[in-house]
Parts: sequence; C-alpha cells; structure tokens
Amino acid sequence: MSSGATRSITDLFSFLGGRRNEESPEPGAATASGAEEPVFPTKALQKFLTCLASKDGPALLDLGPVVGSNVTFFGEQLGCRFRVEDVYSDIEKHVKAGTVDDLPAFFATRFTQPPESVDGILCWDVLDFLDRPAAQALAAALTKMLKPDGALMGFFSSAESREQTYTKFVVVDEANLRYRHYPASRPRQRSLLNRDIIKLFEGLRVSESYLMKTHIREILLRKPAYPTK
Amino acid sequence: MWKRDESVKPANVPPAAPQAPAAHAGAPAASGDLRQKIERDMVNIGKSVVIKGELSGSEDLTIEGHVEGKIELRENVLTIGPNGKIRAEVFAKAVIVLGEVTGNVTASEKVDIRDNGSVDGDIASPKVAIAEGAHFRGAVDMQRAGGKPAQAAAGQPGQAPKPPAPGGQPPVQGQKIGA
Repeated sequence: MSSGATRSITDLFSFLGGRRNEESPEPGAATASGAEEPVFPTKALQKFLTCLASKDGPALLDLGPVVGSNVTFFGEQLGCRFRVEDVYSDIEKHVKAGTVDDLPAFFATRFTQPPESVDGILCWDVLDFLDRPAAQALAAALTKMLKPDGALMGFFSSAESREQTYTKFVVVDEANLRYRHYPASRPRQRSLLNRDIIKLFEGLRVSESYLMKTHIREILLRKPAYPTK
Repeated sequence: MWKRDESVKPANVPPAAPQAPAAHAGAPAASGDLRQKIERDMVNIGKSVVIKGELSGSEDLTIEGHVEGKIELRENVLTIGPNGKIRAEVFAKAVIVLGEVTGNVTASEKVDIRDNGSVDGDIASPKVAIAEGAHFRGAVDMQRAGGKPAQAAAGQPGQAPKPPAPGGQPPVQGQKIGA
C-alpha cells in the first residue's frame, strides 16, 4: 500500500475520531432526558448507604433542598427517618438580607436536633458556599449532632470557581446523581483543601475520599464509635 | 425486510366469544349500581365547610373545605383537594394531598403529595411520594415493611402536633420542590 493511501486512511480515522469527540459530552457525564440535567457517577453515596444499612431506622438529615425522589429513595433503601433542613436557602436569605456575617452565630443555633441524634448527614456541597467562620460553625454543629459511628457525606469542589449556581443532587441510583442547577445569589467561596476539611470536622475521621472527574471531591466522614481521647 | 412494520401490527383478533346474554343484559345496570355504590362510599366536604374538632369515619373522604383538629380514617383514603386546608393531625390508610396540610400525617399505606400540594409537618408512612412542585417541610419516617414500627413522626393520637417549622423558621418560608 502506498504511503499516500495510508495517510488518507489515517486522515479518515482522525476525522471520524475528531467528530466523535465533538459530539460526546463531558467525560463522566451521561446526559439525562433533559440536556441541562446531566447524570454523573458518585462513589461516596454507595459507601454512605452501606454505613447506614446496618442501623435500624436510622435518622438522616439532608442539608439540601427537598427533592421528592430522594426522600423516596432513602426511605426505601434505609427505612429511615428523613429530615430536610435546607441550608442553601438559609445562605440565600442571609445574602439577600446582607447579613452574611451573622451566619456563624446563626448556625450555632440553627438545628434543633439533640446532640448525637443523627445517624447520617447529607451535606452535599453546601460548605463551598460559606466563608471560613460560617463553615466552621456549621461543621461544628453537624459534628455535634452526629451519633457515634454516624456518617457524613460532603462534596467539595477542587477547582476554583465563581459560578453562581447551587446544585440539587438528585439520586438516580446508588452510583449516579443527576445535577440540577438553580441560581444562587452568592458564588462558591475559596475551595477547601483536604487539610481544611479535616480541620473543619475535628472529631470526625475521613473514611473515604474520591476525586471525581467533575472536580468534585466526595468525602465520607465518620464519627468514631468510641471517641478517641 | 420491508414488511417489518407488519409484524408490529396487532394480529387479527378473532371475534370475541359470545358472552352469555344474561351478562350483556345486566352489564349497564351493574355498572350503574357500582357507580352509585362508589358515590355512596365517597364523602366530600365542600369548599364552604369548616370543621373544628375530631373527624373520623370508615369511608373514603375528600376534603375541599377547612378542617382543624384531628382526622381519623384508619381504613380509608383521605384526599385533601386543591381547595382543602387542614390544620390537624391526620391518620388514614392513604393520604393524597393536593391542598394544604399543617400538622403531622400518619398513613399505614402511602402519603402522596401532588404538584402544588403542601405539607408542613412530619410524615410517618411506609411509602411517601412528593411530586415536583409540591411543598414539604418536616421529617419523613418510612418504616420498612415487616420492620419494627418507627417512632411515628406524628406521635400518638391525641398528642399535639409538633410545630412544623424546624429551626425556628416560620412555615411561610418553605420551599417549592423542583423550583
């Protein structure tokens, strides 16, 4: 075969390959029925469910907005007592009222749950939207609420982004989440490093940590069954 | 290869076997009886009705009016219509919410909050469905089938409903699901 013919076949393949790349969505993303609601894999959710599966009627706290299908999913998977406390809407209210500086004090009294009464917390990416003192206050309140051997699942952006959208994480199944964006009045704050997260959740230990292709670090934190002295 | 569509078409259905003439003759009368029976068994509380106190019964009930107090239909379906406004503790077999409920809801089968339906209070039921566009604030307790009954979020009958707004927030600050 002549070199010219070889080149032309190579060109043809590269042409086809190029087209395929143009058409394919972002790595890791599978577009759902709506083009604006991509589905992304999750690793931490399955571990989170495993942590809670052994508990009888665990108490679960969701810090995101109410998603009906999530309520059904966790209820059916865990037979749990599920409470939603939308912290995103708290942030939104404070931003709109110009009282962001009051957030640390607000989080100190925000939750009515008694100490060590919650088995699992779905923290999602709420800490990305808080500055350091507010994040510290929220993390302290969550740590206090968590039962020994309880689990907290948090998502942390590993890329600096000033994007002004919140995300509703809609559970598709144990391994996939649908991201549903909605407008935010405040952009993401400085992204948290591993050591920052560990410092925030003093008293919890990192059980699992996954850096996803979406630049989200999924972290599962556990409260030791018997607190270390 | 070009006849692919034909395979999808329904095969020619042979004419239905002739039914007993008695059944044919009796069918309209039977369906009429059934309709009458259903109408008899379904009770509707109209828009202009206001009830304060305890409401209990053994029939399916649709509420379009206002009820304050307690509703007990343990073996039946309770539907809160789009105009219904309930400020009560609710116990039923199944609860369908298209209107507004403030108070705890306990159902032995299912709670279904439809689009534009609103619940401010705790739900205890093995199955809970919350539609996009519905409003919900509170806790959900879904006990597993065969499992030990969970602490009913709504508490025991006669117990005062829990304040629906956790964290000291007024209920009006609730959120729309899927908004």
